[in-house]
Amino acid sequence: MSLLDYFRKSKPKSAAIAKERLQILVAHERTARNRPSYLPQLQKELLDVIRKYVNVDQDAISVNFEQDENQETLELNIVLPDYQQENKSVNM
Amino acid sequence: MARIIVVTSGKGGVGKTTTSAAIAMGLAKRGHKTAVIDFDVGLRNLDLIMGCERRVVYDFVNVINGEASLNQALIRDKNCNLLYILPASQTRDKDALTLEGVGRILEELSKDFQYIVCDSPAGIEKGAYLALYYADDAFVVTNPEVSSVRDSDRMLGILASKSRRAERNEEPVKEYLLLTRYDPSRVKSGEMLGLDDVQDILSLQLLGIIPESKSVLTASNSGIPVILDEKSEAGQAYEDVVARYLGEDRPHRFIEDKKGFFRKLFGGKS
Repeated sequence: MSLLDYFRKSKPKSAAIAKERLQILVAHERTARNRPSYLPQLQKELLDVIRKYVNVDQDAISVNFEQDENQETLELNIVLPDYQQENKSVNM
Repeated sequence: MARIIVVTSGKGGVGKTTTSAAIAMGLAKRGHKTAVIDFDVGLRNLDLIMGCERRVVYDFVNVINGEASLNQALIRDKNCNLLYILPASQTRDKDALTLEGVGRILEELSKDFQYIVCDSPAGIEKGAYLALYYADDAFVVTNPEVSSVRDSDRMLGILASKSRRAERNEEPVKEYLLLTRYDPSRVKSGEMLGLDDVQDILSLQLLGIIPESKSVLTASNSGIPVILDEKSEAGQAYEDVVARYLGEDRPHRFIEDKKGFFRKLFGGKS
Protein backbone atom coordinates (compact mmCIF):
# COMPACT_ATOMS: atom_id res chain seq x y z
CA MET A 1 0.00 0.00 0.00
CA SER A 2 2.81 2.39 0.82
CA LEU A 3 4.09 2.04 -2.68
CA LEU A 4 0.65 2.84 -4.03
CA ASP A 5 0.51 5.86 -1.77
CA TYR A 6 3.78 6.92 -3.26
CA PHE A 7 2.16 6.71 -6.68
CA ARG A 8 -0.68 8.81 -5.40
CA LYS A 9 1.53 11.61 -4.24
CA SER A 10 3.38 11.82 -7.49
CA LYS A 11 0.11 11.71 -9.41
CA PRO A 12 -0.28 15.14 -10.80
CA LYS A 13 -3.15 15.71 -13.13
CA SER A 14 -5.37 13.93 -15.49
CA ALA A 15 -5.97 10.66 -13.62
CA ALA A 16 -7.04 12.63 -10.55
CA ILE A 17 -9.39 14.71 -12.69
CA ALA A 18 -10.75 11.54 -14.28
CA LYS A 19 -11.47 10.01 -10.90
CA GLU A 20 -13.22 13.08 -9.60
CA ARG A 21 -15.39 13.36 -12.70
CA LEU A 22 -16.24 9.69 -12.53
CA GLN A 23 -17.18 9.76 -8.87
CA ILE A 24 -19.63 12.59 -9.42
CA LEU A 25 -21.10 11.07 -12.55
CA VAL A 26 -21.44 7.55 -11.23
CA ALA A 27 -23.06 8.71 -7.99
CA HIS A 28 -25.56 10.69 -10.02
CA GLU A 29 -26.31 7.81 -12.38
CA ARG A 30 -26.74 5.35 -9.53
CA THR A 31 -29.34 7.55 -7.87
CA ALA A 32 -31.21 7.89 -11.13
CA ARG A 33 -31.03 4.13 -11.68
CA ASN A 34 -32.56 3.27 -8.32
CA ARG A 35 -35.37 5.74 -8.61
CA PRO A 36 -38.75 4.06 -9.09
CA SER A 37 -40.18 4.53 -12.56
CA TYR A 38 -43.50 5.83 -11.26
CA LEU A 39 -42.00 9.09 -9.95
CA PRO A 40 -42.76 11.38 -12.92
CA GLN A 41 -46.38 10.17 -13.07
CA LEU A 42 -46.75 10.56 -9.31
CA GLN A 43 -45.44 14.11 -9.54
CA LYS A 44 -47.88 14.97 -12.31
CA GLU A 45 -50.91 13.56 -10.52
CA LEU A 46 -50.00 15.21 -7.23
CA LEU A 47 -49.71 18.49 -9.05
CA ASP A 48 -53.18 18.03 -10.54
CA VAL A 49 -54.69 17.36 -7.13
CA ILE A 50 -52.98 20.32 -5.49
CA ARG A 51 -54.05 22.61 -8.31
CA LYS A 52 -57.68 21.88 -7.50
CA TYR A 53 -57.18 23.86 -4.30
CA VAL A 54 -54.14 26.04 -4.75
CA ASN A 55 -52.79 27.64 -7.85
CA VAL A 56 -49.18 26.47 -7.91
CA ASP A 57 -46.57 26.42 -10.62
CA GLN A 58 -45.20 23.34 -12.27
CA ASP A 59 -41.90 23.72 -10.46
CA ALA A 60 -43.48 24.41 -7.07
CA ILE A 61 -43.55 20.72 -6.38
CA SER A 62 -40.60 18.42 -6.05
CA VAL A 63 -40.57 14.70 -5.46
CA ASN A 64 -37.37 13.14 -4.18
CA PHE A 65 -36.60 9.54 -3.68
CA GLU A 66 -33.75 8.46 -1.46
CA GLN A 67 -32.53 5.07 -0.52
CA ASP A 68 -30.10 3.80 2.05
CA GLU A 69 -29.49 0.38 3.46
CA ASN A 70 -32.41 0.38 5.84
CA GLN A 71 -35.12 2.46 4.27
CA GLU A 72 -36.51 4.20 1.28
CA THR A 73 -37.67 7.76 1.68
CA LEU A 74 -40.09 9.55 -0.55
CA GLU A 75 -39.83 13.26 0.07
CA LEU A 76 -42.52 15.56 -1.22
CA ASN A 77 -41.99 19.27 -1.16
CA ILE A 78 -44.66 21.77 -2.19
CA VAL A 79 -44.00 25.47 -2.18
CA LEU A 80 -47.28 27.31 -1.66
CA PRO A 81 -47.60 30.67 -3.31
CA ASP A 82 -47.52 33.86 -1.28
CA TYR A 83 -50.89 34.25 0.50
CA GLN A 84 -51.49 37.85 -0.61
CA GLN A 85 -50.81 37.09 -4.22
CA GLU A 86 -52.97 34.03 -4.01
CA ASN A 87 -55.85 36.18 -2.69
CA LYS A 88 -55.42 38.64 -5.47
CA SER A 89 -55.48 36.03 -8.12
CA VAL A 90 -58.58 34.50 -6.60
CA ASN A 91 -60.31 37.88 -6.43
CA MET A 92 -59.59 38.63 -10.01
CA MET B 1 -24.90 -28.38 -13.57
CA ALA B 2 -22.59 -25.98 -15.32
CA ARG B 3 -21.56 -22.64 -13.90
CA ILE B 4 -22.43 -19.89 -16.37
CA ILE B 5 -19.98 -17.00 -16.65
CA VAL B 6 -20.71 -13.85 -18.63
CA VAL B 7 -17.79 -11.74 -19.79
CA THR B 8 -19.22 -8.26 -20.10
CA SER B 9 -18.22 -4.60 -20.11
CA GLY B 10 -20.73 -2.35 -21.84
CA LYS B 11 -17.95 -0.58 -23.69
CA GLY B 12 -16.41 -2.14 -26.78
CA GLY B 13 -12.75 -2.87 -27.35
CA VAL B 14 -11.80 -3.39 -23.73
CA GLY B 15 -10.86 -7.07 -24.11
CA LYS B 16 -14.03 -9.13 -23.66
CA THR B 17 -13.27 -11.63 -26.39
CA THR B 18 -9.58 -11.85 -25.46
CA THR B 19 -10.68 -12.50 -21.89
CA SER B 20 -13.37 -15.04 -22.85
CA ALA B 21 -10.89 -17.00 -24.95
CA ALA B 22 -8.22 -16.89 -22.26
CA ILE B 23 -10.34 -17.90 -19.30
CA ALA B 24 -12.21 -20.59 -21.23
CA MET B 25 -8.86 -22.08 -22.24
CA GLY B 26 -7.57 -21.71 -18.68
CA LEU B 27 -10.56 -23.52 -17.19
CA ALA B 28 -10.36 -26.31 -19.76
CA LYS B 29 -6.61 -26.75 -19.29
CA ARG B 30 -7.28 -27.31 -15.61
CA GLY B 31 -9.49 -30.22 -16.48
CA HIS B 32 -12.91 -28.59 -16.53
CA LYS B 33 -15.00 -29.26 -19.58
CA THR B 34 -15.78 -25.79 -20.87
CA ALA B 35 -17.85 -24.26 -23.65
CA VAL B 36 -17.34 -20.69 -24.82
CA ILE B 37 -20.17 -19.00 -26.70
CA ASP B 38 -19.98 -15.94 -28.92
CA PHE B 39 -23.11 -13.82 -28.38
CA ASP B 40 -22.10 -11.15 -30.86
CA VAL B 41 -24.49 -12.07 -33.66
CA GLY B 42 -23.52 -10.32 -36.87
CA LEU B 43 -20.00 -9.52 -35.71
CA ARG B 44 -18.52 -12.78 -34.60
CA ASN B 45 -14.88 -12.71 -33.66
CA LEU B 46 -14.36 -15.30 -30.99
CA ASP B 47 -13.68 -17.88 -33.72
CA LEU B 48 -10.76 -15.75 -34.96
CA ILE B 49 -9.31 -15.24 -31.49
CA MET B 50 -9.61 -18.99 -30.84
CA GLY B 51 -8.13 -19.80 -34.25
CA CYS B 52 -11.03 -21.93 -35.45
CA GLU B 53 -12.56 -19.57 -38.03
CA ARG B 54 -12.08 -22.03 -40.87
CA ARG B 55 -13.82 -24.82 -39.05
CA VAL B 56 -17.13 -23.00 -38.53
CA VAL B 57 -19.93 -24.90 -40.22
CA TYR B 58 -22.96 -24.27 -38.06
CA ASP B 59 -23.50 -21.53 -35.52
CA PHE B 60 -25.48 -20.49 -32.45
CA VAL B 61 -28.47 -19.35 -34.51
CA ASN B 62 -28.59 -22.60 -36.52
CA VAL B 63 -28.85 -24.49 -33.25
CA ILE B 64 -31.56 -22.21 -31.86
CA ASN B 65 -33.56 -22.62 -35.08
CA GLY B 66 -33.13 -26.38 -35.00
CA GLU B 67 -31.15 -26.40 -38.26
CA ALA B 68 -28.23 -28.12 -36.58
CA SER B 69 -27.68 -30.03 -33.39
CA LEU B 70 -25.50 -28.64 -30.63
CA ASN B 71 -22.93 -31.34 -31.30
CA GLN B 72 -22.75 -30.37 -34.95
CA ALA B 73 -22.19 -26.70 -34.13
CA LEU B 74 -19.71 -27.04 -31.27
CA ILE B 75 -16.08 -26.84 -32.43
CA ARG B 76 -13.55 -28.73 -30.39
CA ASP B 77 -10.48 -26.60 -29.69
CA LYS B 78 -7.28 -27.72 -31.38
CA ASN B 79 -5.14 -27.09 -28.29
CA CYS B 80 -7.36 -28.55 -25.61
CA ASN B 81 -9.86 -31.33 -26.03
CA LEU B 82 -11.98 -30.20 -23.06
CA LEU B 83 -12.72 -26.85 -24.70
CA TYR B 84 -15.52 -26.26 -27.20
CA ILE B 85 -16.49 -23.12 -29.09
CA LEU B 86 -19.98 -22.18 -30.20
CA PRO B 87 -19.58 -19.45 -32.81
CA ALA B 88 -22.03 -16.64 -33.40
CA SER B 89 -23.88 -16.31 -36.65
CA GLN B 90 -22.27 -13.89 -39.07
CA THR B 91 -25.07 -12.98 -41.41
CA ARG B 92 -28.46 -13.03 -39.79
CA ASP B 93 -30.23 -10.33 -37.92
CA LYS B 94 -29.91 -9.78 -34.21
CA ASP B 95 -33.42 -10.94 -33.44
CA ALA B 96 -32.31 -14.46 -34.28
CA LEU B 97 -31.41 -15.00 -30.64
CA THR B 98 -34.33 -15.39 -28.28
CA LEU B 99 -34.41 -15.58 -24.52
CA GLU B 100 -36.13 -18.93 -24.67
CA GLY B 101 -33.78 -20.31 -27.34
CA VAL B 102 -30.66 -19.23 -25.47
CA GLY B 103 -32.06 -20.73 -22.28
CA ARG B 104 -32.72 -24.02 -24.01
CA ILE B 105 -29.17 -24.25 -25.35
CA LEU B 106 -27.57 -23.29 -22.05
CA GLU B 107 -29.64 -25.92 -20.33
CA GLU B 108 -28.56 -28.57 -22.80
CA LEU B 109 -24.91 -27.55 -22.46
CA SER B 110 -25.23 -27.59 -18.68
CA LYS B 111 -25.77 -31.34 -18.71
CA ASP B 112 -22.40 -31.98 -20.27
CA PHE B 113 -20.16 -29.04 -19.35
CA GLN B 114 -18.77 -27.69 -16.11
CA TYR B 115 -18.31 -24.10 -17.24
CA ILE B 116 -20.05 -22.08 -19.92
CA VAL B 117 -18.40 -18.79 -20.83
CA CYS B 118 -20.66 -16.28 -22.56
CA ASP B 119 -18.75 -13.68 -24.55
CA SER B 120 -21.05 -10.65 -24.55
CA PRO B 121 -21.21 -8.13 -27.37
CA ALA B 122 -20.59 -4.48 -26.53
CA GLY B 123 -23.52 -2.22 -25.75
CA ILE B 124 -26.63 -2.84 -23.70
CA GLU B 125 -28.89 -4.19 -26.39
CA LYS B 126 -30.40 -7.58 -26.88
CA GLY B 127 -27.22 -9.59 -27.42
CA ALA B 128 -25.63 -8.21 -24.27
CA TYR B 129 -28.83 -8.78 -22.31
CA LEU B 130 -29.12 -12.37 -23.47
CA ALA B 131 -25.46 -13.04 -22.66
CA LEU B 132 -25.90 -11.94 -19.06
CA TYR B 133 -29.46 -13.08 -18.38
CA TYR B 134 -28.67 -16.66 -17.33
CA ALA B 135 -25.30 -15.90 -15.72
CA ASP B 136 -24.17 -17.13 -12.33
CA ASP B 137 -20.95 -15.13 -12.40
CA ALA B 138 -20.02 -11.95 -14.23
CA PHE B 139 -16.50 -11.01 -15.23
CA VAL B 140 -16.65 -7.26 -15.71
CA VAL B 141 -13.82 -6.29 -18.03
CA THR B 142 -12.77 -2.71 -17.46
CA ASN B 143 -10.02 -0.49 -18.80
CA PRO B 144 -8.58 2.18 -16.49
CA GLU B 145 -10.33 4.88 -18.47
CA VAL B 146 -13.38 7.04 -17.74
CA SER B 147 -15.82 5.74 -20.33
CA SER B 148 -15.03 2.12 -19.59
CA VAL B 149 -15.46 2.55 -15.83
CA ARG B 150 -18.75 4.35 -16.35
CA ASP B 151 -20.05 1.66 -18.69
CA SER B 152 -18.97 -1.07 -16.29
CA ASP B 153 -20.96 0.60 -13.54
CA ARG B 154 -23.92 0.68 -15.87
CA MET B 155 -23.54 -3.04 -16.57
CA LEU B 156 -23.45 -3.73 -12.84
CA GLY B 157 -26.79 -2.00 -12.57
CA ILE B 158 -28.19 -4.15 -15.35
CA LEU B 159 -26.83 -7.34 -13.80
CA ALA B 160 -28.45 -6.42 -10.52
CA SER B 161 -31.85 -5.73 -12.06
CA LYS B 162 -32.27 -7.61 -15.34
CA SER B 163 -30.57 -10.98 -14.84
CA ARG B 164 -32.59 -14.10 -14.19
CA ARG B 165 -31.19 -14.29 -10.67
CA ALA B 166 -32.43 -10.75 -10.03
CA GLU B 167 -35.84 -11.48 -11.53
CA ARG B 168 -36.24 -14.59 -9.40
CA ASN B 169 -34.92 -12.93 -6.27
CA GLU B 170 -32.19 -15.51 -6.05
CA GLU B 171 -28.68 -14.95 -4.81
CA PRO B 172 -27.34 -12.16 -7.05
CA VAL B 173 -24.92 -12.74 -9.92
CA LYS B 174 -21.42 -12.81 -8.46
CA GLU B 175 -19.53 -9.90 -9.97
CA TYR B 176 -15.76 -9.85 -10.48
CA LEU B 177 -13.48 -7.16 -11.82
CA LEU B 178 -10.84 -7.72 -14.48
CA LEU B 179 -8.83 -4.59 -15.02
CA THR B 180 -7.31 -4.87 -18.47
CA ARG B 181 -4.80 -2.92 -20.53
CA TYR B 182 -3.27 -1.66 -17.32
CA ASP B 183 -0.07 0.32 -17.61
CA PRO B 184 1.58 0.74 -14.19
CA SER B 185 4.06 3.31 -15.45
CA ARG B 186 1.27 5.57 -16.69
CA VAL B 187 -0.60 5.05 -13.43
CA LYS B 188 2.50 6.08 -11.59
CA SER B 189 2.89 9.24 -13.59
CA GLY B 190 -0.74 10.12 -12.99
CA GLU B 191 -1.88 9.72 -16.56
CA MET B 192 -4.01 6.66 -15.92
CA LEU B 193 -6.56 5.67 -13.31
CA GLY B 194 -5.00 3.23 -10.87
CA LEU B 195 -6.47 0.09 -9.38
CA ASP B 196 -7.43 1.94 -6.20
CA ASP B 197 -9.14 4.68 -8.19
CA VAL B 198 -11.21 2.19 -10.14
CA GLN B 199 -12.02 0.20 -7.01
CA ASP B 200 -13.10 3.34 -5.15
CA ILE B 201 -15.84 3.58 -7.74
CA LEU B 202 -16.73 -0.01 -8.62
CA SER B 203 -15.68 -1.88 -5.42
CA LEU B 204 -15.76 -5.35 -6.90
CA GLN B 205 -13.86 -8.48 -6.07
CA LEU B 206 -10.69 -8.23 -8.14
CA LEU B 207 -9.89 -11.32 -10.19
CA GLY B 208 -6.83 -9.82 -11.76
CA ILE B 209 -5.03 -7.01 -13.49
CA ILE B 210 -4.04 -7.71 -17.07
CA PRO B 211 -1.16 -5.47 -18.01
CA GLU B 212 -1.01 -3.83 -21.41
CA SER B 213 1.04 -6.32 -23.33
CA LYS B 214 2.25 -6.80 -26.88
CA SER B 215 1.61 -10.51 -26.55
CA VAL B 216 -2.17 -9.93 -26.69
CA LEU B 217 -1.95 -8.72 -30.28
CA THR B 218 0.54 -11.44 -31.16
CA ALA B 219 -1.85 -14.02 -29.73
CA SER B 220 -4.85 -12.70 -31.65
CA ASN B 221 -2.75 -12.45 -34.82
CA SER B 222 -2.08 -16.15 -34.61
CA GLY B 223 -5.43 -17.25 -33.20
CA ILE B 224 -4.06 -18.69 -29.97
CA PRO B 225 -5.56 -17.54 -26.67
CA VAL B 226 -2.97 -15.42 -24.89
CA ILE B 227 -3.13 -17.59 -21.77
CA LEU B 228 -1.17 -20.23 -23.70
CA ASP B 229 1.72 -17.78 -24.00
CA GLU B 230 3.07 -18.64 -20.59
CA LYS B 231 6.06 -16.36 -20.92
CA SER B 232 3.98 -13.25 -21.45
CA GLU B 233 2.76 -11.09 -18.60
CA ALA B 234 -0.77 -11.08 -19.98
CA GLY B 235 -0.75 -14.86 -20.24
CA GLN B 236 0.44 -15.20 -16.66
CA ALA B 237 -2.10 -12.64 -15.50
CA TYR B 238 -4.94 -14.63 -17.08
CA GLU B 239 -3.55 -17.82 -15.55
CA ASP B 240 -3.77 -16.10 -12.16
CA VAL B 241 -7.33 -14.98 -12.92
CA VAL B 242 -8.46 -18.54 -13.58
CA ALA B 243 -6.68 -19.82 -10.46
CA ARG B 244 -8.28 -17.13 -8.29
CA TYR B 245 -11.69 -17.77 -9.77
CA LEU B 246 -11.31 -21.44 -8.86
CA GLY B 247 -10.52 -20.46 -5.30
CA GLU B 248 -6.73 -20.31 -5.19
CA ASP B 249 -5.24 -17.49 -3.20
CA ARG B 250 -2.65 -15.78 -5.35
CA PRO B 251 -1.14 -12.37 -4.66
CA HIS B 252 -1.94 -9.76 -7.28
CA ARG B 253 0.79 -8.92 -9.73
CA PHE B 254 1.40 -6.29 -12.39
CA ILE B 255 0.12 -3.47 -10.19
CA GLU B 256 3.46 -1.81 -9.79
CA ASP B 257 5.87 -0.38 -12.26
CA LYS B 258 9.03 -2.46 -12.01
CA LYS B 259 11.06 -0.24 -14.29
CA GLY B 260 10.18 2.74 -12.18
CA PHE B 261 11.40 0.91 -9.15
CA PHE B 262 14.78 0.24 -10.71
CA ARG B 263 15.03 3.75 -11.99
CA LYS B 264 14.36 4.85 -8.46
CA LEU B 265 17.15 2.61 -7.18
CA PHE B 266 19.63 4.17 -9.54
CA GLY B 267 18.44 7.62 -8.73
CA GLY B 268 17.14 8.45 -12.17
CA LYS B 269 14.04 10.46 -12.87
CA SER B 270 10.88 8.41 -12.67
